[in-house]
Amino acid sequence: MESRNFKRVYVWELPVRIFHWINALCILVLAITGFIIADPVAILSNAEASESYWFGTVRFIHFATAYVFFFNMLLRIYWAFAGNKYASWKAFLPFSKKRWNNILHVLRIDILLQNEKVHDIRNISVGHNMVASLSYIALFVLALVQVFTGFALYADNSDWFLPDLFAWVVPLLGGDFAVRKVHHIATWFFIFFTIVHVYLVFYHDWLEGRGEVSSMFGGYKFIREDRLKKTPGNTKEKSEQPSESKPEDNPKEDEIIV
Amino acid sequence: MATKTDTRETYYESIIKQGYSRRDFMKFATYIAAYMGVETSMIGQVVKSLETTYRVPVIWEHFQECTCCSESFIRSDHPIVSDIILNKISLDYTLTLMAASGHQAEAAKHETMEKYHGDYILCVEGSVPMANDGYCCIAGRSARELLLESAKGAKAIIAWGSCASNGCVQAAYPNPTEATPIHKIIKDKPIIRVPGCPPIGEVMAGIIVHMITFDRLPELDGLGRPKAFYAKRVHDSCYRRPYYDAGLFAESFDDENAKEGYCLYKVGCRGPMTYNACGTIRWNNGVSFPIQSGHGCIGCSEEDFWDNGPFYERLTSLGGFGIESSADTIGKVAAGVLAGGIAAHAIAANVSKRKELKDRNSRGRDNEKQLDD
Ligand code: SF4
Ligand code: SF4
Repeated sequence: MESRNFKRVYVWELPVRIFHWINALCILVLAITGFIIADPVAILSNAEASESYWFGTVRFIHFATAYVFFFNMLLRIYWAFAGNKYASWKAFLPFSKKRWNNILHVLRIDILLQNEKVHDIRNISVGHNMVASLSYIALFVLALVQVFTGFALYADNSDWFLPDLFAWVVPLLGGDFAVRKVHHIATWFFIFFTIVHVYLVFYHDWLEGRGEVSSMFGGYKFIREDRLKKTPGNTKEKSEQPSESKPEDNPKEDEIIV
Repeated sequence: MATKTDTRETYYESIIKQGYSRRDFMKFATYIAAYMGVETSMIGQVVKSLETTYRVPVIWEHFQECTCCSESFIRSDHPIVSDIILNKISLDYTLTLMAASGHQAEAAKHETMEKYHGDYILCVEGSVPMANDGYCCIAGRSARELLLESAKGAKAIIAWGSCASNGCVQAAYPNPTEATPIHKIIKDKPIIRVPGCPPIGEVMAGIIVHMITFDRLPELDGLGRPKAFYAKRVHDSCYRRPYYDAGLFAESFDDENAKEGYCLYKVGCRGPMTYNACGTIRWNNGVSFPIQSGHGCIGCSEEDFWDNGPFYERLTSLGGFGIESSADTIGKVAAGVLAGGIAAHAIAANVSKRKELKDRNSRGRDNEKQLDD
């Protein structure tokens, strides 16, 4: 069986990777401390209150991490304008025919697990596929929900202007009860997202073997050589994004890619 | 009580007429200034305006309610408060306490509404049923109609208690009468919301005195509540707070921790989400407040506190999923279902894509054999 040639392609720039891991860590810490705050563990002790402060510490970690989460998110938004095309905000919007087709493709092949008769290697996205992009938009909205409700609940504990910017959320939802409820429920959606996200990363790495997992550490993915523009014997102009390629350019292959 | 007087008198005059001494009056002014949260240097101003301001007419409407607000009010700390407010603020109309009844009472109300159009304060106790006018009628007229009528000429409206400011128990799910708080019906008047079931008597007195001495509304927060009393959570002024920060909680009401006076957070205390002055002003002339008496705050001054039960748990119950289901139970079940689905998907993927995997695998093996090592 003929072997494939792959090229190392730089996809995730350093700021994207740093964002990803800080974000992941923050979500982990925030979810754990959040659940502890919601339902603190039982401690039976005859200590005086003045001798310990563990619950205060847990809350402090939660609040401090929330700030890290928030500013990390701001930096990612900045990078959506400064970074490469895989980091760009434009990569997340599904507003073109090609991108809709990519959504359908991913749903058919990766979610419903059908097999393609004819393989088009450019159906495999280099950056995010469009379904993943949509899930990151959902995650972004979820993060905004947590930022708005979280800082709204926190605003009264703080003199700083930043949390106060969100104080209007409390009257909007009617009171702290409702805000807390939203904040608590949204946490579960982070958990659902994480479960699916991690699974799908493994899934792609396992089935496509392009370094999906390691790409978030090193930044590189492995892309079939015939997708690159200046590869000898493959002079046709091709772009990395499936959405930007023309169907006529498709090299028809009957074999499964990789 | 509380019938209309034609000659207007100042608050001071009526207090003295009631048989109080000037000394009593000065004490009262000092108390109330402290409750209102103004500086001591302002006591003079309070005294002065009580001496010179004419009594402001008040119409006090009762709709869907239990009268706990009135009860709380007449039990406020200093007798002078209820005396001047109820007898002498010239309370022109209140079903519960006025001497007049029937046509006489209605006539007194209408006279005030006409004579002091634009000047009187409208106090509302209770929510208004919007589902059917017949659910709450007084003198043959519906609550909604009465509210719209008396609100028209009011200078400002005070929504007493959780009913008038949030809907309270009548508005709890499924809210059969469509009990509606005042600010959702009247949009064109300044409205002070004084939630609580009931609000603390001194808070009520403080708000009224603030309005008559300074002739303007007290400073309000984003929800229209006076900041002097609702700027802090019960939790922020709770004397059990050190236990909270230390993570020392009562697990049940009869355990050793409860006896030690540990924080009641885990037995459902809503103090951390509830804005009220209970921790500082306390109840029944400052004797105690629920947490001091060993019971968590139930959040009576917060919107929908009835629907955010059970009172003795911290879980978030979700309407529409059955009574026992909390957000966490649903979350755990959903996460389990998700994990199961993923396991099934992973197996199905390996079956469906077996050719792809096999080809790739054999290519990898071939390459491995050709390694030059
Ligand atoms: S008893 Fe309630 S209000 Fe007091 S510290 Fe504990 S949680 Fe806060
Ligand atoms: S402690 Fe809580 S439930 Fe009790 S009166 Fe105060 S606000 Fe209402």
